Amino acid sequence: MTAMIDLKNVSYRYPVSDDSVLKNISFSIEKGKFTAIIGNNGSGKTTLCNTIRGFVPHFYKGELDGEVIIDQTKITDYQLGQLGEKVGYVFQNPFIQVSGVKDNVFEEVAYGLENLGIPVEEIKVRVEEVLKLVKIEYLRDKNPFELSGGQRQRVALASIIVMDPEILVIDEPTSQLDPIGTQQIFEIIRLMKERGKTIVLVEHKMDLIAEYADDLLVMHKGELVMQGPVREVFADPEFEKYQIQYPHVTEIALQLQQSGIPLTFLPIRDEELADALNRTEVAAHD
Amino acid sequence: MTELHLTNVSFSYPDGTKALENLTLSVTSGERVAIVGQNGAGKTTAVKLMNGLLKPTEGSVLVGDWDTKNHTTAQVSRKVGYVFQNPDDQIFHNDVESEVRFGPKNMGFEPERVNELTDWAMKLCGISEFAEENPYNLPYSVRKFVTIASVLAMDSDIIILDEPTAGQDKIGLQVLGNLLQVLEEKQKSVITITHDMEFVTDYFTRIIVMANRQLVADDNAQKVFYNTEVLEKSMLKPPAVAQMAKLLDFSPGILSKQQLIEAILAQHSL
Ligand SMILES: Nc1ncnc2c1ncn2[C@@H]1O[C@H](COP(=O)(O)OP(=O)(O)OP(=O)(O)O)[C@@H](O)[C@H]1O
Ligand SMILES: Nc1ncnc2c1ncn2[C@@H]1O[C@H](COP(=O)(O)OP(=O)(O)O)[C@@H](O)[C@H]1O
Ligand SMILES: [Mg+2]
Ligand SMILES: [Mg+2]
Repeated sequence: MTAMIDLKNVSYRYPVSDDSVLKNISFSIEKGKFTAIIGNNGSGKTTLCNTIRGFVPHFYKGELDGEVIIDQTKITDYQLGQLGEKVGYVFQNPFIQVSGVKDNVFEEVAYGLENLGIPVEEIKVRVEEVLKLVKIEYLRDKNPFELSGGQRQRVALASIIVMDPEILVIDEPTSQLDPIGTQQIFEIIRLMKERGKTIVLVEHKMDLIAEYADDLLVMHKGELVMQGPVREVFADPEFEKYQIQYPHVTEIALQLQQSGIPLTFLPIRDEELADALNRTEVAAHD
Repeated sequence: MTELHLTNVSFSYPDGTKALENLTLSVTSGERVAIVGQNGAGKTTAVKLMNGLLKPTEGSVLVGDWDTKNHTTAQVSRKVGYVFQNPDDQIFHNDVESEVRFGPKNMGFEPERVNELTDWAMKLCGISEFAEENPYNLPYSVRKFVTIASVLAMDSDIIILDEPTAGQDKIGLQVLGNLLQVLEEKQKSVITITHDMEFVTDYFTRIIVMANRQLVADDNAQKVFYNTEVLEKSMLKPPAVAQMAKLLDFSPGILSKQQLIEAILAQHSL
């Protein structure tokens, strides 16, 4: 098992803040895993993402303690550019992830590849493929600043995926998307995982996390309070005290349990509810 | 008391994109309405027409007895407050309190009323503790509450929230739910665009669905979320509860967690 992302006792404080925003965080993510970072707002998720891609402390300054190791190399031994090629980062706010120098979506998505000096023919092929994957071919000629919120969010994701980085750090990529669009993005992330990418996703939509992610990191007030396989974390009674949304089916199952209905196990996906209630047999008797 | 009437409204952007076709709808004063639907359907465009940021290419938008065509955006926005989808399009002060205070001050309210409204709005949005902070150092979700507070503080009759649920956690959603309740008590009309179907079923009865530049439904949650044709057209999914109810073979109609729990408990006590 090779660790792709390894944090050891990482603490961080922004230059102007009085308190640490990340407190003594340690975890290790294996190559090819899909890990979701969850936690309430202000708990430090975005800051943690920025640490993994080296923007903390290269860009934001402030004090960083501990070690951040990406693919066996300490982050301090990378040039920021090198790290940028390895770790693709999709911003939480899609409205700011526009280069501002390109006047249509096709060129916007091609921009990063141009900067890497990739041959024009290859760029065209790769951009076409990604536009199709992310379902934004119809926007190719539009000005990136004249898109709806959800359209911008798809363009932001496309312009990172096209770079084909080994690690994808994606901060709330579906916040502006309609429900079907959200599901499509999770399918794309699954595809990236199948291609061997290591994925770190910040997301509030627990139903989808339960369906797609391997592991969870739970942040609470700057601390990493829980970590482990998705199912184990949701099933741990400790989870409740952080006031984070459960998958909807889990929330319902827990309430039923409190009302005295026995569960054979704690469901985290909609289709598990019948089994958990032992309903399959009941139905057979009807 | 201000009513809103859109009659056969169409709109095209300068680059030629036709964003809205023949939209007709009314919102009576004090009403609470959700707008949902596909990305790019024209939701943001529709609400920008309501507060005069955009003027219709065809048709008319009436705010009370004003036709928005004959009034400036500044005038209309005194009656219709709009919270932008992107908070960064709206924020321009270096601390939260100044940002919230700007609106009511600019409206020319008495200093005392300005203070009251500023405090009330910050409290209602749960951001009082950040009063001195630079909005740009706050998480996205909190910045969104800063922009909501700045609009609420202007005390307009009609308030439009463009995707306030985006990126909110459980606590943020509760703050929003409470805020809707308080605004209803103050008889404000509130129009909310959102992609969160659980939030819609929890807090709204009237739902407007948009797809492909048009209105495809204007109805209650029961009708909308059990209408497969409407759902497919507008890239919607019913709330998770409806999905679970279906998997458990309950007859259609269940939408809230409480309804589902009661239905399961009823079966168990048989
Ligand atoms: N400034 C603009 N110039 C040109 N076209 C625009 C502009 N803003 C939006 N559009 C286009 O108008 C259409 C409707 O956009 P609008 O922002 O109203 O959608 P929306 O329903 O709010 O979508 P979302 O859920 O993604 O926010 C889209 O096709 C979009 O690309
Ligand atoms: N640039 C910054 N300067 C100072 N404080 C910041 C900055 N960015 C974020 N913070 C603070 O760090 C904490 C964690 O924020 P963030 O990582 O954005 O949380 P999350 O993504 O979990 O919502 C918050 O208290 C926030 O106000
Ligand atoms: Mg964040
Ligand atoms: Mg919009």
